Parts: sequence; structure tokens; C-alpha cells
Amino acid sequence: MRLPNTPEATVNFTFDGVPMQAVPGETLASALLANGVKHVARSFKYHRPRGIMTAGSEEPNALVTIGRGANIDPNVRATVQEVYEGLDAYSQNAWPSLRFDMMAVNDLISPFLGAGFYYKTFMWPKAFWEKLYEPVIRRAAGLGGLSAKHNETLYEKAFGFCDVLVIGGGPAGLMAALTAGQAGADVILAHEDSALGGQLLSEREMIEGAPARDWIAATVAALEAMPNVRIMTRTTVTGAYDQGTFAALERVGHHLPRRDDLPLECFWRIVAKRAILCAGALERPIAFPNNDRPGIILASGVRAYVNRWGVAPGQAVAVFGNNDDAHRTAVDLLAAGVRVAAVIDSRHGAQAQGDYQLIAGGQVTATKGRHGLTGVTVSTETEDIQISCDCLAISGGWNPSLHLTCHMNGRPRWDETLAAFVPTPDAVPGLVTAGACNGTFDTSGCLTEAAEMAATIAKDLGFVVKKKPIIPAADTSPYQIVPLWLVEGRGRKWLDFQNDVHVKDVALAAQENFVSVEHMKRYTTQGMAPDQGKSSNVSALAVLADVTGRSIPETGTTTYRPPFVPVAIAAMGAGAQGSGFAPERFTTSHAASLGRNAPMIEAGLWYRPSYFPQSGETTWQQSCDREVEYVRNVVGVCDVSTLGKIDVQGPDAAVFLDFVYTNTFSTLKLGRTRYGLMLREDGHVMDDGTTARLGDDHYVMTTTTAAAGQVMRHLEYVRQVLRPGLDVQVASVTEQWAQFAVAGPRSRELLSGVTSADISNEAWPFMGCGAVDVLGIPGRLFRISFSGELAYEIAVPARYGDSLFRLLTAQAEAMGGGAYGMEALNVLRIEKGFITHAEIDGRVTAFDLGMDAMVSRKKDCIGQTMAGRPGLHGPERRQMVGVCAITGDVKLSAGAHLFEQAAESVRVNSQGHVTSVCYSPTLDGEIGLAFLQNGRARIGETLRFVDHLRGIDTLCEVCAPVMFDPKGERVRG
Amino acid sequence: MRITCPLCGERDRREFYYVGDAVALRRPSPDAGEAAWDDYIHNRDNPAGDTQDLWQHEAGCGAWVVVDRNTVTHAVNNVTLAAKVTR
Repeated sequence: MRLPNTPEATVNFTFDGVPMQAVPGETLASALLANGVKHVARSFKYHRPRGIMTAGSEEPNALVTIGRGANIDPNVRATVQEVYEGLDAYSQNAWPSLRFDMMAVNDLISPFLGAGFYYKTFMWPKAFWEKLYEPVIRRAAGLGGLSAKHNETLYEKAFGFCDVLVIGGGPAGLMAALTAGQAGADVILAHEDSALGGQLLSEREMIEGAPARDWIAATVAALEAMPNVRIMTRTTVTGAYDQGTFAALERVGHHLPRRDDLPLECFWRIVAKRAILCAGALERPIAFPNNDRPGIILASGVRAYVNRWGVAPGQAVAVFGNNDDAHRTAVDLLAAGVRVAAVIDSRHGAQAQGDYQLIAGGQVTATKGRHGLTGVTVSTETEDIQISCDCLAISGGWNPSLHLTCHMNGRPRWDETLAAFVPTPDAVPGLVTAGACNGTFDTSGCLTEAAEMAATIAKDLGFVVKKKPIIPAADTSPYQIVPLWLVEGRGRKWLDFQNDVHVKDVALAAQENFVSVEHMKRYTTQGMAPDQGKSSNVSALAVLADVTGRSIPETGTTTYRPPFVPVAIAAMGAGAQGSGFAPERFTTSHAASLGRNAPMIEAGLWYRPSYFPQSGETTWQQSCDREVEYVRNVVGVCDVSTLGKIDVQGPDAAVFLDFVYTNTFSTLKLGRTRYGLMLREDGHVMDDGTTARLGDDHYVMTTTTAAAGQVMRHLEYVRQVLRPGLDVQVASVTEQWAQFAVAGPRSRELLSGVTSADISNEAWPFMGCGAVDVLGIPGRLFRISFSGELAYEIAVPARYGDSLFRLLTAQAEAMGGGAYGMEALNVLRIEKGFITHAEIDGRVTAFDLGMDAMVSRKKDCIGQTMAGRPGLHGPERRQMVGVCAITGDVKLSAGAHLFEQAAESVRVNSQGHVTSVCYSPTLDGEIGLAFLQNGRARIGETLRFVDHLRGIDTLCEVCAPVMFDPKGERVRG
Repeated sequence: MRITCPLCGERDRREFYYVGDAVALRRPSPDAGEAAWDDYIHNRDNPAGDTQDLWQHEAGCGAWVVVDRNTVTHAVNNVTLAAKVTR
């Protein structure tokens, strides 16, 4: 319920469909408590009723689902979610309802469901695990679920840079940001909460004699006035990475009604020269019997609800603790007019600090109330006392939030006085810690430490710190604690509330010899829930230390890993959905191809036309066959701009090419083009293509579309790493030139209409190249052919590509030909036995391709030495051959294997594999290219052609790879 | 991870392409023999500590660089242009 004099609750929201009202800006947890809702969730494994336990992002219990439908957002912490008008929140992991949850039967049979239960019980029969046990267990245990529909929610990612990253905006963080900002450093202050101030917002402390919120307001105003300080609220730094890189998650739209134009979250990568961790500390619970009932809340959470949000979490609040914060909580409750049922301090000498009943040296040994706390039993050495209460505030001490200091292998150090782990200095290069996360718990100490750290960092970075920072007068109360981890008694004593792990599970792990903390963690799943054991790790460790008779430092800690809070994959991968997944590269003829209704297919990042359908054609095969016939009989036009084009220039260009290609280019005449083969240094084929010599010191290399990037990188590698002495430059010009193949018996005739150059067979022979004018535009012409026909490739600057493609296509159509796409291009090259990366799959050698003669022995080149290794040539190699189907009604398939006719079609009997297939309209049959053991000696053999995947089992004949015009007469016509 | 390109300055590692051990700088002569070529192509140490490897600033200036770094601490100690490395 709300305390008197709190702002009016004007915001409408629902929880499980029940309408409620909230105060603007408050969290869902606060609003639920204000509306008297204590039972908000069912636990992960035993489906126990659970309530709100904290007021921060470490909340283990109060996970809810926001919204319904495709954009559902599960596992949202009610303690982080701010209420907005129209918010619909739902409880999770309960059916049919939160109050009557059928799966709560798990809790009744819990003695059988302890740690390791699944491992021991669901062993046999083995096949049952996947089909029966796991699905059933998964349905029974769990948190919120996704909609399994496409999620339209917008996420964003961003990059930030600064001199000093201040992580956390509590008293230490504010002081650090102020000091660094005043020194002139570029500061990013990242703060998880919606409001700056940290724990001070939840306390009634004074700074400089005035309420702490006055100091917060003044400091925030000073920071906002500095242009060099960027304040990022609702931003959690989730990970520390190498060289000062930090990940952060900004909740951009979570606190507002959903809008299409506002991302829900933004994932930041922040690069900081230095960082100051001011992440504060997390209060820890105490493990006592049935310590998980709704209404049992951490003392710091109770103070947050009372002091910050004006909400009383109960009408009669008992407080149980082992340190002075128990008393601080009681005093605050009294000040707010809330009845304090009792304060139970486990320390014997404790003194009351206000007008409340104190039970010193007592412990809570039992609790009552299934859906909400109704009372506790307190045991002292002499008696058991029953106390009626509907809320129990617990404080087991504080754990510094040192998680980020462990993200790069750092290990924390145990501090006996604080009974807590504290960070090890320099665990993350460039990151220092200040305030509560460093074990400095009083406000005055936080402010002093942070100011000093920030001033030191600013000086290190070269900024002038003009005067010593002024530290305002603040609370100096010492932190006094006597460790209390465990209270004995009947009932389960919960440690990890989010994964339902209790003390007995840890003891069982130790009993079964999982005594290493890492083993205990995995055996019990303690600390493996989304909260990563923020409220349970240290307590579980203490219990393990106790049952194994070791000290806590001897027992060690588990490893804290990023992310500090759960991060949606959608946020990390923001922008990479759908068309954002990969860049799209379009050729200059893209619009013209779409205009002809060509289906576009992906070729690497490029999009290329598959075929150009005409009216009356109902299958791609019909279009493809027609386009093949254009090229074989008339003329076809195809955009080949996607092939890599690399300009190679310099006095040593020829020497360079001789080194990267197996064959010789220094002997290539000016105005001529040569086919080249490129190996990797291990002797296998990397890529192939033609290279034209346009000048004495000027070549243009083409690569395959698939390997263009790889070859470019390789050329730079050779130039810079292997042969830095050569005077040669390489540059990719793929995007600069639009290039079209014009292929077919009438290609010369067509091109004569667009260039004034003499392209007769005598003046421009096969493999000739050079500059030409293309309707007045300076272009290039190469007489090369990937189809085996008389053919040219004509290139113009990319800005003319669209109009030239339209012109060439129109003219080809006027002659009875037309544009052709990838399907026809593929058929044409298979008929001629020309290779692509379907053949050059990384395992193939020049010998395999029948190109051994192209590897010059007169010079060194990349891959030459290793290509000569035993095993890379000879009859044991799979050599490239052609295959053609013997029966006419069977389709061949790439990926099939070849077997002797009598052999069983199993892997060990495979004689070869098929890389490319097509129906050849020219030869009227199914043909393909294959790699067959000792293949060149087996031309004419009949083999079994088996594709188990597609159910094909037929016969084929082995033939030479060049199946059409084997003498190559057409290309020279 | 951040790498300081000698030409462009400090950049995110996403701008770089990683190839592996800087042994690649010492290419044997064609007649160096099988053992030398085997080492060059296939054999790599996997040190816990200082290592030298080759990266390309592919999404930047295209420079191939030799990165001296420590596989235990992740410190990047030195970055030099591969073309300037004496060999």
C-alpha cells in the first residue's frame, strides 16, 4: 500500500489482466506492492509461490512477461521495468493461474527432485531422453516463453568513445564523473537505473547537512551542463573486453508505450581509454528455512520501496539481519509510519537504535504463509518466539558488484572484515574500482575514493586537475557485520531462488564429491540462472566451504562472465535481421533485369538474374533452354560485372603476375589476354580467370565472382608480405566497370553497331583486348568466351552500364537473340567443361583439372613447390571428367557419387563425385562434370550414378570434360 | 579487441582480417626442402604468451600488419607494417 503524501497513481496498467494504477516513473515491482500484490511468480523448478525480493536488476523471483502476441517480451524483471500507460504484464510459469498452479505438485514431491535427480533418474532407456523425458521436463520447468513468431520489435546498436567511462551513477559514480568532467575529460556516465543517485535514492542520508537528493540534483545539473559529459541512464554496462572495450545495453523504449520508430533496446560498444567501476554492492539474503515466501524482501529493497517509491511492502514488517542495516531499515520504517513487528539481529550484543522490539542473538527458524508471509518463528538460545508479520526484511550483508573486474580472468580477493569478496586491482587493464564495489560502504568513503581515483586517471590522461576535488560531508557509519550464512531448522533453506537450489542440494553435491566450486555449480545449477547467482553465489560458496571443512578463500569462486545482465540476442544482432543480414550488391543492369521479370539469385553478396522468362514459358528450364539456343545459334547478352576486376599497375606488374599465377604473364603481348590459374601456397587451386595486358606496366585481372575478395586480399598479401620489394600497385575496379558478355555467332555483328573499332577476326583475334569507343564513351573490349562461342566482353564505366545493357539486349532481340541469365550461363560452360568454384572446391589441384602443364617449372610461383608433393598428382587422384546420362528420363544431380556398376553404393566404394550438372539442349541430354579416381584413363566407362539424398540411382558414361566443340573452332570464327 | 594500424590509428578488430602466424613472412626458397616447406605451410606453435601474427586492415587501408600480442593477457604490444619488417 502507498504511504501518505506520495504522488497520485495516474498510470493505468494490468497484471494478469487485473487493472491497476501506478505512480509515473515507478517500477512495476513498486506498483505491484503498492496494489497489495505480493505473489507475482512461480519458481523455476518447484513452482513455489514467489514475490518481489529486491528493488534492482539482480531480482531473482519477480520475472514477468510484457505484452502478448508476436512481440511478447518474456523474463522481464519487474524491479527494472518502469510502468507506462497501458502496460500489460503477466505472470509466468504457472498454469492455469498464478494462484492455482498445477505444476506446484513438483513442490510436494520435492524430496525426490533434488540436485542430480534428472541425471540419476532419466538415464534409461537411452532413447527416451530426447523423445520423452526432456520435452516433459522442459515443459514443467522454465520461465517465460517466446511467441515463436517473427518479432517486429526494433533494436539498435551503437558505438561510443570516451576518455573515461564511469560505470554506475551512485554517489561514487557521480563524484567520479564530476571530477573527470571538470578536468576536461570526455566522460560517459552509464547508469542502470532511470534516475541517478544509486543507493542514496533509497536512504534518508544527509550530505552537507541537506537531504542527499539535493546533492544528487545539484551534481546531475553540473554534469548536464558539461558538454564533455554524456549521461546514459537506463544503460547497464554488461561486459569488459580487451583494450578498453565495454558492452552496454541501453533500455531505450522499455519504459514507454511501444512505438514503431523507437528501438526497445540499443546495444553499445563503448571504447574507453580508462574506466571507473562504481557499480555499488548487492545485498545478500540469509539461508533460513522457507526463506522464499512472498513478502520476504531484502532490507535494502524495503528501504527502496519505502523511501524512494513511498510504498509500504507490508503492514507489519519484521527485520532480520546480521549487520547494522537491519536497524537502519527499522528506523526508516518507523519514520515512514510503518509498524515494525520486531528486529531480529543475530549478533548477541546488538543495541536497538529506535523504538522497536529487538531480539539480539536471535534467528528466524521458520516462516508461515503459502501465498504470502503471515508470520515467523524466532529462536534464541532460550526460547522460540512467534511473530506475526506480513513482510520480513532480511540483510545478510553486502557483496560488492565486482563482476566486471572478473570478465578478463580476474579473481576477487576475500576480505574477512567485510565477509565479502573485493576486487583485485588491475584485473582489467585500465579499469579501477571505487566505492561500494570496492568494499568501501560508507557514503563519505565512496565520495572520497571516487574523487581521488578520477583525479588520478585524469592526470594520467594528461588533463590538468586544477584543484583538489571538494568532498562533501556525508555519512561515515562503519560497516559492522558478523557473518551469518545459514540458519538450521526444518524446511528448505533457499540459496538460488531463480534456479530453485537450496542448502541441501549443495550439501548433496559435496557428499557426492563435487567439492570443487565449479563442479558444485554445475551439479546443482546454482548460479546458472539468468541472474547468474547475483544473490546466491557467495552464500552457496560459504555453505560449500562449511560442509567441506574449508575456508571460503580455499573454496574459491566461480567465474563471472559477461553479460552482467541478460542481453537479448536481438539487441546484439540489431540490424542484422532480414535484408540487414548481409550487404546486397546490385549490378548496373539490376533494374533492367527486374523489368524483364528475371528472378534474381544470390551470388555471394551479388544478385544476378537467374533467367529471363517470356510469355508462354511455364518453367525455368524452358527459359534456360531458349537462352542457351540464343548463344549457340544467334547472340546472347549477359551481365558479367560481378566477376572481380583488379587493376595491376607498375614497373614490376609482370613479375608480380608471374609470381601469383602458375603460368607466365610477362610474355603476354600488349593487347592480348591470357587465361591464368592461381594456386594457394599448399599447391591447391585458389582461383582462375583471364588477365589482359593493356599497357607495358598495366594489366587488368579478372577473378571469379565467388573469390574476388579472397583474391584481392591475396594479391595485397603477396605484394606487402611476400614481395615487398616489387614496385607494383593493385586496386579493385569491380564496381567501376560494367561489363557484359556478348556471345554467339552474331556477336561481332551486334558489337559492330556500338563501337567504331575494327573488330574483324584479323584485327581483333581471339584473346585480343584493348580500349574501344562505345558510342563515343571510352570503353574496353576483350575477346574472351565462357560459352565456347565467338564472344566478347565489353566494358564501360559503371554509370553507362544500365543504358548499354538495355541497348545490347534490344539489339540482340532484334536479331533473334536476347539476354541470358545464370542458368543458361551455367549450361554453356558445363557443355564446354569450363570450371567454376563448384569444381575448384579447395581440394583440387591443377593436375586434377588437367591443367598441370600450366604450372610453369621455369619460375617460382605461389604453390609451385607444394604442388609437386607426392599425393597431389597421379592415378590415385580424382580427375575432372564429363559424365552423361545413359537413360533419357533421369535427372542427374550435383553431389552424387560414382560407383563401379557391381559395387555396393556405400562411402568406401565411392570412385568419384559430381560437381555440376545440367540438361544440355545442345546435346539433348543430361550432362555433368565430375571428379573421378584416375578419371582421364577411364573415358568411355559406364558407372553407377547414386545420389542417396535425392533418391537417384542410374547409370552414366564417363566422357571428356569438353563435351561440345572439343576442338574449340567456334570461338575462333 | 583494438589494434593500432600504423597508417590509420587505433581501430576495432572487426576492421581486420586475421590470417595467422607471422611465419608467413619467411617464405622458404623453392629448393629449401620438404621439411622447411612443411613447417612453413602446416606447422604452427600455439604459445601461451607472446605471439606474432598477421592481420590485414581489410575494412580500412588494406595494409597487412604484424601484430605482437600476448595470448594470455590479450595485450597488443606492437603493430608494424608487414612491408617494413626486416627479414
